[in-house]
Amino acid sequence: MDSVTSEQRQTLHSTADNGLKIVVVGGFGVGKTTLVRSVSEIRPLNTEETMTQAGEDVDDTVGVAAKTATTVAFDFGRISLDAHNVLYLFGAPGQERFWFLWDRLFSGTLGAVVLVDTRRLADSWYAIDRLEHHGTPFVVACNDFGGPAHTPAQIREALDLADEVPLVLCDARSRESSKQVLISLVEHLRTVVAAAPRPTPHPIPEPTP
Amino acid sequence: MSRGRPGRDDSPDRLYTLTGGRSRAGSDAFDLVTLVVSESDPVAGMQSEHAAILRMCRFPTAVVEVAAGLGLPVSITRILLTDLHDTGRISARHPRASYRLPDHDILEQVLVGLRNL
Repeated sequence: MDSVTSEQRQTLHSTADNGLKIVVVGGFGVGKTTLVRSVSEIRPLNTEETMTQAGEDVDDTVGVAAKTATTVAFDFGRISLDAHNVLYLFGAPGQERFWFLWDRLFSGTLGAVVLVDTRRLADSWYAIDRLEHHGTPFVVACNDFGGPAHTPAQIREALDLADEVPLVLCDARSRESSKQVLISLVEHLRTVVAAAPRPTPHPIPEPTP
Repeated sequence: MSRGRPGRDDSPDRLYTLTGGRSRAGSDAFDLVTLVVSESDPVAGMQSEHAAILRMCRFPTAVVEVAAGLGLPVSITRILLTDLHDTGRISARHPRASYRLPDHDILEQVLVGLRNL
């Protein structure tokens, strides 16, 4: 508590009423927290979720000793978009062992940024595979670590990336560059939404001629 | 041997004490980004975590920020928030319900907000 209250915590507008989520996923050391820090209006905070892997129906008092609790820490930052909308950015570990938590933690997310290091592209295969299966729209952002340059085509091929998934190069330390990554995701979302069949609020009975 | 962060006591016993033995909230009403607003001031004798939440949420504060502020897991924070919500001491501004894909108008608002950064 001290770390937060002892510094001047920036408060939201009193009119803020709609929280939105974008997830930044990537392997260890790829720059997730750096990207979040670049665009966040608060110093990135860290919190954790404790999950039990036993089924939800297990009786609490009986099952306690047998459950395995897994704790996943994640960073997050915040961007006030306007008087009502507040965007939260979550940096999440992309490793396979954390993925069972994702549906719970990040349900309702707008979309995801997969942050990759071109020297370790294989680290992001699993994350991309899961996002595709889950149907969560995402963009891939290559954080520039100054390694040997790869062409976008080479990166796409190495990641086996579908043509419609945007691939952007970025410097996660740069606010402007990180902002462009988020913009490319939201523009991609707009395309995805425009292409999707509109939800029908009420089922319309098929007319039979 | 690795130790927890200084000042932290992650003993499950302590967490159970905070929540009166409950391990999960009655519902999933509180999303990570549900914005919480205090509707009253802390009163004497109140559980210290409850009082801390009321002080923290004088302006809208997301569930995840409350958890980070308290230094408690999100799941425990949700239970504490449910207590306060059930007694009318906080109100909750939930994310606007979306279908599988986000609303076009919301996306436009997000784009405008990001471009103005």
